[in-house]
Amino acid sequence: MNERHNGGGNGRLVVEVPKTRFAVSREAFVSGAVMRREQDAIFDHCWIYVGHASELRNPGDFKTRQVAGRPVIFVRDRQGSVRALINSCRHRGATVCREREGNARGFNCLYHGWSYNTDGSLRGVPGEDAYPPGFDKADMGLRAVARLEHYRDFYFVNFDARAEALETYLADAKDYIDLVVDQSPSGRMEIISGTQEYDIRANWKLLVENSVDDYHLLATHSTWLNYMRNSGVNVTPPKGSGLLLPTKGQGRDLGNGHLTTDNPNFRGRPVAKWISVYGEEAKADIAAIRAELVARLGEARASRVADTNRNLVIFPNLVIADGSSVTVRHFYPLGPDHMRVVAWALGPVEETEAQRARRLHAFLTFYGPGGFATPDDVAALEAVQQGYAAWREVGWNDLSRGIARNDDQLNSDEGHLRVFWRRWSELVEAHA
Amino acid sequence: MSAPRAAAAAVSRAQVEDLFYREADLLDRWQLDEWLGMLGEDAVYLVPPNDKPDADPRSTLFTIADDIVRLRERVIRLKDPNCHAEFPPSRTRRVIGNVRITGVEDATICAAANFIVYRFRRDTSPYVFVGQYRNRLRRAGGELKIVERRAILDAEELGALGSVSFIL
Ligand code: FES
Ligand SMILES: [Fe+2]
Repeated sequence: MNERHNGGGNGRLVVEVPKTRFAVSREAFVSGAVMRREQDAIFDHCWIYVGHASELRNPGDFKTRQVAGRPVIFVRDRQGSVRALINSCRHRGATVCREREGNARGFNCLYHGWSYNTDGSLRGVPGEDAYPPGFDKADMGLRAVARLEHYRDFYFVNFDARAEALETYLADAKDYIDLVVDQSPSGRMEIISGTQEYDIRANWKLLVENSVDDYHLLATHSTWLNYMRNSGVNVTPPKGSGLLLPTKGQGRDLGNGHLTTDNPNFRGRPVAKWISVYGEEAKADIAAIRAELVARLGEARASRVADTNRNLVIFPNLVIADGSSVTVRHFYPLGPDHMRVVAWALGPVEETEAQRARRLHAFLTFYGPGGFATPDDVAALEAVQQGYAAWREVGWNDLSRGIARNDDQLNSDEGHLRVFWRRWSELVEAHA
Repeated sequence: MSAPRAAAAAVSRAQVEDLFYREADLLDRWQLDEWLGMLGEDAVYLVPPNDKPDADPRSTLFTIADDIVRLRERVIRLKDPNCHAEFPPSRTRRVIGNVRITGVEDATICAAANFIVYRFRRDTSPYVFVGQYRNRLRRAGGELKIVERRAILDAEELGALGSVSFIL
């Protein structure tokens, strides 16, 4: 076998020769051992998205989630503080909250009846007198996740008490979160009701790649492009431009493994770029949204907010895609070849009923398990995973697209995908 | 009673059953253009999110919320071999039951039915979609048309069902 076939990796899963080649071993997508290393090296030490402030409006509001493989209660306690509690009874382990969401006065364990306050403190223990003198209820509350911090209402947890601060961790990704939040006149966005929660029979890292891979648009999403074309949207690249898409976008490294695409929009945006799909009657309203942006942010910043699409990956497993609409999705491994995706729509709190309806309609033209594009992404990722069954024979993925370019990486290059893999390799392979 | 309301009130359960059975047969045979013909000119096709089955698509993110314009585009897409999620097309088999007329509002008949839709793809275990159709039907040109379909899934989340990439 030549080097191209065996990766020349000396046992490494990510191999780079500067300006020349970049290869990722398919073992990284099929191996249970690699998945366990990811749990230790990534999910136990990185900041992992848990939820958005808008999901917990009132004291007692809670959501139960899987975060980094643990059951977590994301809750606003009765005093108003947001908490991330580990959903496991301190007695003998049962989850103490089994509902998806709601408003609670406390959490009662179904097994022996220990009861906890919404801040996690232990309230009651049936038959408490049977416990020995050293048993201290004050020490037996629900464990909080080691760290919980937020940036512009996006809450993240970290299971490593010594982790760097969230804002440091987010590095330049903060600017791209700001661009999303700037849609709202008050700087307040909200998660819109309705959850899309579905599995893909593929390794979770394939969705990281897919979320920012603009190379696949033409082949994977030709039926969506047809739909846009049928609706009067120009989806043709300018003649002689050498581009695959109508506009020249970029892939960017935001530090710490975070990355984004940054593309001049052609596909319409509820903020604030009209396309024919929205209907004539929406034109004046969208012009008004844009006027507000310009008045508040100035022409240049307003244009950044309104006229660019950005699919942002916060390492390792959060995607905020600000495209046809805004979607927030996180995903996590259920096995090396299996992931769960949980996705929501995000919108400015001050949106009118008509604006909200337009945003949701625009969302469904592209995103989600019933959208015109996402199901084909799922099909592609599942086909990829099936192909990896032959990882022993065909061992390496080629991610060298654009690597010899000296200028900025295009969104249809793979430079931004390499950003993810370099960070992944640093964490997972550092001590391998 | 107004004439349209009287006409709607005269529709029998057997007529509604026939409509749903014919529809299920068309969808199982991927006769999607014929299926579109069973819908009203202003039809709406909804698959609410599993966690908010009764919500309004104008304020809640749905799995599918098509007006007739997008529904026609969906059918164009589903017939295209580049609709990768449904290529080759899934084999499906629908069982419709518990059909009931639940109300009459002017010219509109409200009718509910339970469904079990089995979807088969090569080398994967069957996907079983179970739930209830809530429908609004109307007479147009002597024919009963579907003007609103809400396909409510009983599953707590889509989970292993994956995508709703076909007509449910
Ligand atoms: S496990 Fe919760 S009270 Fe025993
Ligand atoms: Fe895609």
